[in-house]
Amino acid sequence: MSCCGATPDHEDLDAVARLLVGRLGAFVKTLRDNGFAVGLQEGQDAAAVMAAGYAGKPGLLRSAFKHLFAARKSEWDRFDGLFDAFWLGKRVRSRSLVSGAAPAANSPSLKSLQDANAGQSGPQGATDQIPSDDPPRDAGGEGRSEGASRVETLADTDFRRLADPQQVALAHEAAARLARVMRTRLTRRDQVRRKGQRLDLRRTIHRSISHGGVPIALVHRRRKSKPLRLVVLLDASGSMSAYTAVFLRFIHGVLDTFREAEAFLFHTRLAYVSDAMKERDAARALDRLSMMAQGAGGGTRIGESLQTFNRWHAARVLHSRSCVMIVSDGYDTGDPALLGREMAQLRRRCRRIVWLNPMLGWDGYAPEARGIKAALPHVDLYAPAHTLRSLAALEPYLARL
Amino acid sequence: MKARDDIAKSLAACGYIADGELATAVALMQLLKRPLLLEGEAGVGKTEVAKALASVHATELIRLQCYEGLDQSSALYEWNYQRQLLAIEAHRGHAEAIEDQIFSEKYLLERPLLAAIRRARPPVLLIDEIDRADDEFEAFLLELLSDFQVSIPELGTVKATSIPHVVLTSNGTRELSDALRRRCLYHYVDYPDVDREARIILARIGGASASLALQIARLVEGLRKEELRKVPGVAETLDWAAALVGLDVRDLKDQPELVHDTLMCLLKTHEDRARITREITARLVGKVA
Repeated sequence: MSCCGATPDHEDLDAVARLLVGRLGAFVKTLRDNGFAVGLQEGQDAAAVMAAGYAGKPGLLRSAFKHLFAARKSEWDRFDGLFDAFWLGKRVRSRSLVSGAAPAANSPSLKSLQDANAGQSGPQGATDQIPSDDPPRDAGGEGRSEGASRVETLADTDFRRLADPQQVALAHEAAARLARVMRTRLTRRDQVRRKGQRLDLRRTIHRSISHGGVPIALVHRRRKSKPLRLVVLLDASGSMSAYTAVFLRFIHGVLDTFREAEAFLFHTRLAYVSDAMKERDAARALDRLSMMAQGAGGGTRIGESLQTFNRWHAARVLHSRSCVMIVSDGYDTGDPALLGREMAQLRRRCRRIVWLNPMLGWDGYAPEARGIKAALPHVDLYAPAHTLRSLAALEPYLARL
Repeated sequence: MKARDDIAKSLAACGYIADGELATAVALMQLLKRPLLLEGEAGVGKTEVAKALASVHATELIRLQCYEGLDQSSALYEWNYQRQLLAIEAHRGHAEAIEDQIFSEKYLLERPLLAAIRRARPPVLLIDEIDRADDEFEAFLLELLSDFQVSIPELGTVKATSIPHVVLTSNGTRELSDALRRRCLYHYVDYPDVDREARIILARIGGASASLALQIARLVEGLRKEELRKVPGVAETLDWAAALVGLDVRDLKDQPELVHDTLMCLLKTHEDRARITREITARLVGKVA
């Protein structure tokens, strides 16, 4: 593009500007394909920016567009490359999506709207049913497996033994639904549980007026407690391959509805996958994930992955009401001492550590792996997770936190 | 365009050493009337941007510090209960009249957000560490930032008399909602490079010579590359520079012992302190010369 070199008379500049505005639409589409959430308003603002004279110099335009279109650090860092590739024709390694990006990108807002509606109606339906099975809390099994009831037979089947693709699909669906149901119950319980007694003076005084200023009816305020935040660290190594897919679906379901949830994937290194998993469409999320999880299916270095987590992510994703859920078989090829040290550090930062081990459900399994032995002293709950039922059994535990 | 150059000049004039892109961001804020979201590590000077902006526009800075549990009554407005109770006592028996009276402007306490939209001259509204506030507050803020009006049940809707320049900062302790991000212009504030940091030291610390400032900036840059738990920010650098100037250090090489002993201004955890041994300090000092 030679849009930039000359600064001659106004007519030329106008023509150039028109040309640019014409290409702006294509640029916005490129950004959307690369995962930027760009709305109509941004497009209009971009045109306004161009009209204001920023189109004259590519460096200036890039800087202006970067502020406008980027919304987080990852986008901020990627933007220059995308801009240069599109406007200046530089060959930067292309990051377009591998699959179905084009049709999906055409009406992203519409699509997400539909999905959002669907997502809302789902949990609500579930909440309505909860009061009926709430009093006998220990018998909550039915309430929980309400989501999974259609696939009863699947509830007790080890994920490994799911061979039929149709069964696998059903299990995935159940995992996703279970995650949604878990979410609604967790938050709801939190809100009614605590009755903080603070006087709401504003309402009290308002009511006292009719009594001539004597505050007879006191109005209280109850403190709304923060919902639990769930941070999932999923082992994606070779030894876990039979379980990874189901847990990914579970995590996708959790993240979709749990705003306070983050997910990480680890094998030999740690990858932050929340952004990818927040993609509404599960298949597309998994697609984005596969790009990030290169090297998955190999060995595991749990200790080093946890170190990365503690160092770079913990401050951001953990607070005092966080539960860290590690899903791993504990077969660690790294240094167990390091794992122990990092677990101890992690323990100090969060409320609970739950370690889910699919193999714990096997007959005759004992935690012999060195990694597990080093980690267990710091774990609050060590539970099996090889069937949907065992996943669902976690919910009462999480709800109590 | 012209606006951008002017802003770059006036930012420099008021003592804020900005990187090139920030001037663009500020110019766009005015052009598009959007808030500016600043993200970056702690201590890179995010809050300073708002202060500089206020002095560029020669206007008031209204600051709202966010924290967990921040609610409407401490962010937006509150009724002055003591005065209300007093008024009720004073006019006992005239319920109707009292109600009209005690829910009037006179009894309203402005909090930062309401204050910001009721000024005659648009102020700079700094919403600091928005990531510490709750989701609900964020949603409420989003509404305020798009409509610039507030409805007070007892009083009616208060429309903005002027649209403030809004700057939000975030340390990334919580992921902000997409809606809020999209509403804002985004600027990532990074650690300054050596040259810029040296200029910041010169601008802020009287008594520092150009060569010392450059040495300090280089050493801090070297330190940031070490494996630290808490990477020193610009504020720490300034503390340290002030300490060195106060101790009458002219050249870091002359007093490596003193350099090591004063590193407490930069290293704020026990582990970091232990990690940077005298040998490492000596190596770093050797490099900056």
